Amino acid sequence: MIEVDSLTKQFGTKRAVDALSFTVQKGEVLGFLGPNGAGKSTTMRMITGFIPPTSGEAKVCGISIIDNPSKAKTKIGYLPESAPLYNDMTVVGFLKFCAAIRGLKGTAKNDAVERAIDTCFLSSVASQSIDTLSKGYRHRTCLAQALLHDPEVLILDEPTDGLDPNQKYEVRQLIKRLGKTKAILFSTHILEEVEASCTRAVIVDRGKIVADGTPAELLAQSETGSLTDLFRKVTSSDIEAAA
Amino acid sequence: MSSCTIYKRELASYFSQPTAYAIIVIFLLFSLGFTFTFGQFMDVGDSSLQWTFLFWHPWIYMLLAPAVGMKLWADEQRTGTIELLGTFPVSTWSAIIGKFLAAATVWLLALALTFPIVITVNYLGNPDNGAIFSGYLGSFLVCCTFLAITMLVSACTRDQVVCLIVSVSICVLLMLCGYDPVTRELSKIVSPGILEGIVSFGVWDHFNSLNSGLFRLKDFIWFGSAIFICLLGTSAILSAKRA
Repeated sequence: MIEVDSLTKQFGTKRAVDALSFTVQKGEVLGFLGPNGAGKSTTMRMITGFIPPTSGEAKVCGISIIDNPSKAKTKIGYLPESAPLYNDMTVVGFLKFCAAIRGLKGTAKNDAVERAIDTCFLSSVASQSIDTLSKGYRHRTCLAQALLHDPEVLILDEPTDGLDPNQKYEVRQLIKRLGKTKAILFSTHILEEVEASCTRAVIVDRGKIVADGTPAELLAQSETGSLTDLFRKVTSSDIEAAA
Repeated sequence: MSSCTIYKRELASYFSQPTAYAIIVIFLLFSLGFTFTFGQFMDVGDSSLQWTFLFWHPWIYMLLAPAVGMKLWADEQRTGTIELLGTFPVSTWSAIIGKFLAAATVWLLALALTFPIVITVNYLGNPDNGAIFSGYLGSFLVCCTFLAITMLVSACTRDQVVCLIVSVSICVLLMLCGYDPVTRELSKIVSPGILEGIVSFGVWDHFNSLNSGLFRLKDFIWFGSAIFICLLGTSAILSAKRA
């Protein structure tokens, strides 16, 4: 469902993503781990078609995001890292706008919006203006827009960032549930999420994959049986990277 | 159709904030205020509206049109919603057209609300309504040109204030290019051929001919090309920024 082949992104002299290759099948939830600046968001932005890659290929449901971006984008639901929203709209208004952009009309549009509101527990704030929402609700509104058109592929950039423990739990459960019928790629640097929600995980550092496997395999790779220790072993800190 | 969806959203956004109301009220205040004071509407007794009323429009637009257009792309880039737009199955061109038409609609409404002066002049005298119509058309085309210029500048920067200042400067330059006192000074320095080139490059000459009731093809071509080139430039800049 998601096929990434030697994806590279160069910003001037800096190689943010270095020949990354991986696949995510339907029913898989791939955790994308890595330190800050590893290239996780850049990779996701390339797969979703927001920025063009320097080289390499990315396909969603067999459709190339480079050659046929408009068709590929219809298959993707994307939650950007900053969970951007239009502050002057209400939650319902914003979701209706996103549904209309996705080509949904009439009853189908209203049903999709209602379903997304229920799935993301937004009923209590549905008619509120977005600029009055707390961080948790803002994140969930942005997640709701990614689910409107029931996409086959979900790409979520740090979906639990800044949420409280209850909200984190709800989102992880949602990812697990949706992951049974979709291909999900989500990035995080919260390692407990890997065991909680993922069927597979990949650790990225300085644009390259440094570890790949199921949570059990990764734990086995770590000498101490701790994901944190494996993460620290295979990735370099900011100080080392600067040296 | 996605430009239509974006158009509706942008238009609603203008009216959900004080922006549109402030622009319309200020425009009406200044345009009609100048007509009765500096334009000496009652003393001159000219029912053509050319020099008393429509004359002021480009001067007002060069300062106010950028105020409407400055948020067009700068806001999206600042709040991060450009990432949403960039990953929706919507072409950049559709988004540009939708936003441009929304800003133009706000100004069309402001212009339309000046209808009392047309009624007044028809009651007091016997004007050539065809010339008044072409004057309004010229006025609207000047406004659209300034909006397109603002949109181009807005795509270059995240800062609304920088966008406002640069757009106003460009609009002022275009106005002064063809303005009589300026061209009189320039004629002492440059050759007639170059002077004619400078005058044709500016807005004033093209607006004035429409204001006089002349329908010259070259004026429509000038306005059409200026708007099209600015919108095309906006598309190029937005694509280049991501690459």
